[in-house]
This record gives sequence, structure tokens and C-alpha cells, in this order.
Amino acid sequence: MSRRRCAEVGTVAEGDELPSLEVRLTRADLVRYAGASGDFNPIHWSDRAARDAGLPDVIAHGMLTMALATRLVTTWAGDPGAVVECAVRFTRPVVVPDNADGALVEVSGKVAKRRDDGTIVIAITARAAGQTVLGNATATVATSPASPASPRHGDISG
Amino acid sequence: MALDASFVGRCYPAAAAYQVGREKIREFAEAIGDSNALYRDPDAARAAGYADLVAPPTFAMILVLRTQEELINDPKLGLDYRRMVHGSQSFIHHRPITVGDELSAALHVDGIRAMGGNDMLTVRCEITDSAGDPVTTARAMLVVRGNDQ
Repeated sequence: MSRRRCAEVGTVAEGDELPSLEVRLTRADLVRYAGASGDFNPIHWSDRAARDAGLPDVIAHGMLTMALATRLVTTWAGDPGAVVECAVRFTRPVVVPDNADGALVEVSGKVAKRRDDGTIVIAITARAAGQTVLGNATATVATSPASPASPRHGDISG
Repeated sequence: MALDASFVGRCYPAAAAYQVGREKIREFAEAIGDSNALYRDPDAARAAGYADLVAPPTFAMILVLRTQEELINDPKLGLDYRRMVHGSQSFIHHRPITVGDELSAALHVDGIRAMGGNDMLTVRCEITDSAGDPVTTARAMLVVRGNDQ
């Protein structure tokens, strides 16, 4: 199934928009991500540590925001292994207050470029509390399983 | 500059190889709220041409953090962890990471420079498999805020 969706990615045009993504992050999500990633920096779970660091409140891991930005692209591509490159700058923190609402992260993206080598560059925008939180966020997707830029590891069907 | 610039060019290899397991990929996918079948269902991953579950594109950060920790905690570098923020991050995947991979990681210090009262530390983590072939190149800019900020 992911192959078929990957093939559909091959027909897209520059300027096409990807289906957007809205994710609500609460403190529980930050604790879960801390455990899964091994990033236990206390500014992501302790009010005191966040205050001591001069932050308004606890903030989400930048890498969690990057993961959500990349998720937009892997969901669209179907095959996560098709993402051969991704990059972001962290421009503003995502502040996550200790309440049921937490913070809403809105991710959108569009096809920025089709390269001659068959890869597609997606430009990603991530916003929280009405402001962008990532800069120069991009993900590069390989459209052909045979692309030399992205050999399919363990591909048993050739 | 607070950071010791002589650290540029140094390399911190991970002490041990990292074994990529199914449950860790599932746990990471859950933590980023991603229900993609290729992170959860080995049959779906095989149907897509992989040997087993595939890791999300930012999964490699687990290995990056392990090597980065050694550098950050090196007292001779003079880095105040409480003042450090993540400026940027990128991954180049030479091939996807899948279950069963035995990955080695080495962190390279590519640059240290002062800018606007802050120290900018650029690091590169090279991840390779058990055959020594490149898997992922991860680059980060770490910003250490100056004392006056």
C-alpha cells in the first residue's frame, strides 16, 4: 500500500499543499516524548527548571515539534523511509501550560521543488499560539524506490 | 568566548552499539502520535519492501543525544547546560533505519564560534551500521546563551 501511495507522490506539482495537521500537546505528551527519546532536560517537565532558565513556562522539546513537522510529510508520502532528508531551525519555543488544553501545534506544508533526481522538497510551516515556531523547515522525499539517493534497505522484492 | 575552541575537530564515539528494536520504534511512534502501519506492523513493513519495522525520520535523535551528552558533560568544554538551547537540526538518511540494525554513532565537533554574546556549537553525528556503511548524518547547532542574557 505504501508503494502505491509513494507512486502517487510522483505525480505532484510544485505549489501543491499537503493535508495539514493539528496536534494538541499536553504535559503528559512531553513526559512521554522525554521517555521515548531519552531527552530528560527538565525544562520540558519542571516549572522550576523552566523558570530558572528564564522561560515563561515549560516548553515542548524542539525535536517533538520537528517530529510532528516530519509526520506531516511521512503521512502524505505513506512510506517514512522515503524521507531522505529533513531539517529545521528552532525559532520560537512551544510553551505548554500545565492544563488540559496544553498547546495546539498546527503544521502545514507544500511542495516547494521537484528536483531532477526525482526527489521532492516539502516546505513545512509549524505554528503555535499564532506564531511560527520553526524556520527553514524542509523534508526531502524520494519518489522512486530505485532512486540511488535512497536505497531501500532490506528490500526483498528488488 | 566561554567555550574552549580547541574542541573543534574532536570526535566522541558512542561507547556501545545501539540495537534497533521493534518495541522502541513502536514507543517512539506512539510518543510522536504517529499511527503509520510501517512503525507498528511488521507484515505491513514487509509488504512495503522492508525487512521489518521502519524508524521515523527523527528516531536517530536517540543516538545523537547519547553521543552529545558526553560532549556536553565534558567539564573541560565549559558548557553550561542550563543555558543551552537547540538552534537547528537536520538529518540526511543514507538509508532508512529498520529493526535489527546495530548502529554505531560518533559525534564530531565541527565548529565553535561566538556570535552576539552567544556561543554557537555545531556538531555532526555520523551513524553507521555493523558493516560500517553510512546510515544517517545528523547535524545540530547548539546555542549557549551568554551570561548577560
